[in-house]
Amino acid sequence: MKLYLKIWRQSDAASEGKLVDYELDNVIPHMSFLEMMDTLNEQLVLKGDRPVEFDHDCREGICGQCGMMINGQAHGPIANLTTCQLHMREFKDGDTIYVEPFRALAFPIKRDLRVDRSAFDRIIMAGGFVSVNTGQAPEANGIPITHEQAESAFDSAACIGCGACVATCKNSSAALFTSAKISHLAKLPQGKMESRKRVLSMVKQMDEENFGHCSNTEACEVECPQQISVLNIARMNWEYSLSSVLKK
Amino acid sequence: MDNKNRASTLMRKTLMAVTGLFLCFFLVIHLLGNLQLLLPAEQAKASFNSYSQLLSGNIFIKIISYVLYASIVIHCLDALIITLKNKKTAGRYAVDNRGKASKWYSRNMGILGTLILIFLVFHFRDFWYQYKFGSLPKDESGHKDLYAIVVAAYHDWWYVLFYVLSMFALGYHLLHGFYSAARSLGLYHPKYVSWVRTFGTGYSYIITIGFAIIPIYIYLTQHVLWN
Repeated sequence: MKLYLKIWRQSDAASEGKLVDYELDNVIPHMSFLEMMDTLNEQLVLKGDRPVEFDHDCREGICGQCGMMINGQAHGPIANLTTCQLHMREFKDGDTIYVEPFRALAFPIKRDLRVDRSAFDRIIMAGGFVSVNTGQAPEANGIPITHEQAESAFDSAACIGCGACVATCKNSSAALFTSAKISHLAKLPQGKMESRKRVLSMVKQMDEENFGHCSNTEACEVECPQQISVLNIARMNWEYSLSSVLKK
Repeated sequence: MDNKNRASTLMRKTLMAVTGLFLCFFLVIHLLGNLQLLLPAEQAKASFNSYSQLLSGNIFIKIISYVLYASIVIHCLDALIITLKNKKTAGRYAVDNRGKASKWYSRNMGILGTLILIFLVFHFRDFWYQYKFGSLPKDESGHKDLYAIVVAAYHDWWYVLFYVLSMFALGYHLLHGFYSAARSLGLYHPKYVSWVRTFGTGYSYIITIGFAIIPIYIYLTQHVLWN
């Protein structure tokens, strides 16, 4: 199939970017979206042009690197999917496809489709951990945890930090990401002990990174490749209010 | 970053939720009072006017009314601050189909809220101001005849239409606002979240239809059928 691509090209954070037109022939419907991008890049390299830069790593839907806005939707037209798991059979011969980077004030563009998502790392660094003295590994069954507790914590921990929640949010809010990271620790006894301190410092960092407010539109849950529940946001709000009131 | 000593994003949303829910509570009381207007004309007049008199003389209601004014002002100002910040932080796309992932009214609470605010200006001018500062005629029992003002206000079809459309703006605002407030306040238990959502939907329908039916009823019975 033949595709008409309009891809965001920008040489660095400081320069202005623009959509550039490309025509790509002989696209196979079984290709993943990233393989289609690889094919385009091969042609660009052969022509002596600079290839389109985009983030990718595992290509099996678990690393969260391949963030792209495809036809104005995070990770393309299918809900709950990463870009690498999107296949060209979802498009038709002769389609025009717009490819843009994930955009947010907190995600500055580094080049083309590659954005700086280190704001997420700094939110984790602010409190997304459990403080333990290292030493021998503790006995696994030392603290009893029910199956349901473990599953619930894992549902929150499944967040891969891809940034689709921020990209798809009309306010570029990081509420879903931050709340998932807060919840998966708060749901287990090891993490619960520090949960009051954690929620305050992680939310503070989230605000300092210039993410927007959460309007509860729930678009983030629809686009999240891991289907992280918006109820994590509710839990964060509850923990935050409680911790603010009880703060000494 | 310039966020030092500022209320956090979550605190701002908590403030929206608390003031919003108070306004939701007020709407219920307001609607219950207004339902007296659906009584037969003579009965409605006596009942509504004495009810208005009762409310205006009560110190408890006076305190509530100040909380109400404060809630409206805080809700609007906080919304303005939140919207300005969101405008700054939001990413903008050349092609934007993000709307497919959420309801239109959940993304346009600011616009719906502005429509409600415009409505409130007229609403306050035509009833609240008239009752408090205007020179109203007295009815047979010696109460200020607010009922006559209400009936006179809905004389024109376009004014009735303006009211009804405004109530739909309010309805959609509530449809998202009610459960969004519960979310902002931190209700995360899945069972109660779905209860609150169902309750919020029912509440929004009742408030919208309840308030929209009154001007239509008065217009039809007082101005169309009887004249």
